[in-house]
Amino acid sequence: MRRLLFGLAVLSIGPTVRPSDAQDTSAIDRGVRIGIVYRPGVRPGMVVLPTHAPALDSVRTLLSRDLDYSDRFELITLPGGDSIRVTAAAPGARPPAGGAGRGTGGGGAAAATTLNYPLYQALGADFAVAVTPAPGDTAIVTVHDVAAGGVRREVRARLPALKDPGFRLVVHQLADRVLEAALGVGGTAATRVLFVMEGKVYAIDQDGADQQLVSSSDHQAMSPAWAGDGRRFSYMEFWQGHGRLFVQDVASGKRAPVPTTGQALDFTPAFSPDGKTLAFSRATEEGTDLYTVNIKDGCCLQRLTVGRFYDNLSPTYSPDGQRIAFVSTRAGLPQIYVMAADGTDQQLFAPFDYGATGSSNAPEWSPDGQTVAFHRDVGGTLQVFVLDVRTRAVRQLTSVGRNEDPTWAPDSRHMAFVSDRSGYRQLWIIDVETGRIRPLLQKSGARLPAWSPRLPETASSTP
Amino acid sequence: MKRLPLLLLSGLVAVAFAACGGKQPETTPTPTGPNADSLRAAQQARDDSMKAAQEEADRRAQAEAKRRQEIADSLAAMGRGTEAVKTLLATMIHFDYDKALIRGGDAAVLDQKVAILQANSGLRIRVSGHCDERGSDEYNLALGNRRATAAKQYIVSHGIDASRIETASYGEERPLAPGHDEESWAQNRRDEFEILSGGENLKQP
Repeated sequence: MRRLLFGLAVLSIGPTVRPSDAQDTSAIDRGVRIGIVYRPGVRPGMVVLPTHAPALDSVRTLLSRDLDYSDRFELITLPGGDSIRVTAAAPGARPPAGGAGRGTGGGGAAAATTLNYPLYQALGADFAVAVTPAPGDTAIVTVHDVAAGGVRREVRARLPALKDPGFRLVVHQLADRVLEAALGVGGTAATRVLFVMEGKVYAIDQDGADQQLVSSSDHQAMSPAWAGDGRRFSYMEFWQGHGRLFVQDVASGKRAPVPTTGQALDFTPAFSPDGKTLAFSRATEEGTDLYTVNIKDGCCLQRLTVGRFYDNLSPTYSPDGQRIAFVSTRAGLPQIYVMAADGTDQQLFAPFDYGATGSSNAPEWSPDGQTVAFHRDVGGTLQVFVLDVRTRAVRQLTSVGRNEDPTWAPDSRHMAFVSDRSGYRQLWIIDVETGRIRPLLQKSGARLPAWSPRLPETASSTP
Repeated sequence: MKRLPLLLLSGLVAVAFAACGGKQPETTPTPTGPNADSLRAAQQARDDSMKAAQEEADRRAQAEAKRRQEIADSLAAMGRGTEAVKTLLATMIHFDYDKALIRGGDAAVLDQKVAILQANSGLRIRVSGHCDERGSDEYNLALGNRRATAAKQYIVSHGIDASRIETASYGEERPLAPGHDEESWAQNRRDEFEILSGGENLKQP
């Protein structure tokens, strides 16, 4: 097997960043598989080829992890691990294993070379990804379709310096483009998760790296929420017994108070998909009700619910902006309801057995519109559930420990949530399809996560 | 051997007593005549009136001192009263899990606050509702709001103007007891009462 690998054709170009910097800066890579239902052959095999430019080691490491965390591939480790040094061979060299019929690549791109496709096929790979450097601090990522025996796509990106805050985002975006090239689906690598810890709002990359404080005052903060464009987010702060909402710009870090908020207890902001409206909960002596305010023009406060003897809170828009799911205590315990975005046509959303089903809270509509995630009290602890919007069937997703406050990734397949399954409350990510679960942040007290949409390239903030 | 000094001492005491007794008869006063009596009476009257004046002055000084002391005491008492009223006012009330109903025993606590608010018309307060950590973080803001509002409604229904009471909710964000057991939870499910204004000199109800 190893001898076959020596037949690989590679390119070797001088490093464009300092090799001493070429290491992964992330502290967390301890994904564990719990209760995985993996059927062999369902997930395509993926091999990320060793890179021969040391400067690209960190690119390759980030890329591999992003592809692994997509939970869409079975990542294949090459025999002998990454330490094998593969000698360069002449471009277009024929693989020694003859008779395979389709050994030559059809890509013909500059950085791509013909792979020994039968070899990788034998290893179980359906895709192979190569990272090669190009002049001008550029990385070329070549996606090989092993089964078809050719290059599927070649993507290039200019890499910022390794210590540049934009570096990781560029690599994450490369990973998403690989996923798009291989499977035609959007990824979640170029995303960040907002969360609250010790009364402050933080942001963190979906792979657990680059944690950053983003709230800017000493006031206790809660309930961060992203705008659909990934350029702004909102959150609540306590101000002298009241709750004030803010909208903050990601790139500049500047924030502005939301008009009309702060004179009562205003909380749980949620952007409408078009980004023009902010829905939120307002607690007064009449109880808690849902309101919207036009944040584009800073006007036009509108009341959506009137529940004098019960509470309505925690709004979440459907991705088409037509409906709002929310929590209401109109039946006693809090449960999940839905209404038109103007407050009409209020009805029960997630069915429950009166007197038997526990409190249900914290709904979040999935980006594909098909499900609403929430948590529900089951036997004195909380578990994450998903509601099928079409059939209104409710499915319990978690069962180990206390699990709460789910938030959807833009692929509507991954979900971040708070769990104490490891002994203390921290942030976890679950792949709803496979059940694979990994810690996002191993810090006690992190809660109220909000997963971003796919981030635009300019959204990375500079300190 | 021990007896000898004792005998000596008792002998000395006996001698001293005899000497004193011998001098006593010579100092006995002799009776006086009428002239001497009137002079003596005038002198006595003068002495008496001076003494009375002196006593009167002393009495006044004492009364003044006493009055000053009483003022000082009453001022201190007033201060102590304000502190006592503040303590009474800050007494928290507690709630059952996921409930915002005033417990029977806590009605008396709220009655005290009604009385304090009645006795101090310039007093304004804020009631803030709190929850334990078991419920949902955001739902608890609504629940804490219900708890604060419940206390306010009770106080207002007993005749206090609604504008004198603000409400707030901190959900489970500001726990009093740090534990993760029923004892801590029970302490954290509470309403707190704080003075917003008019709390400088509080009268006892």
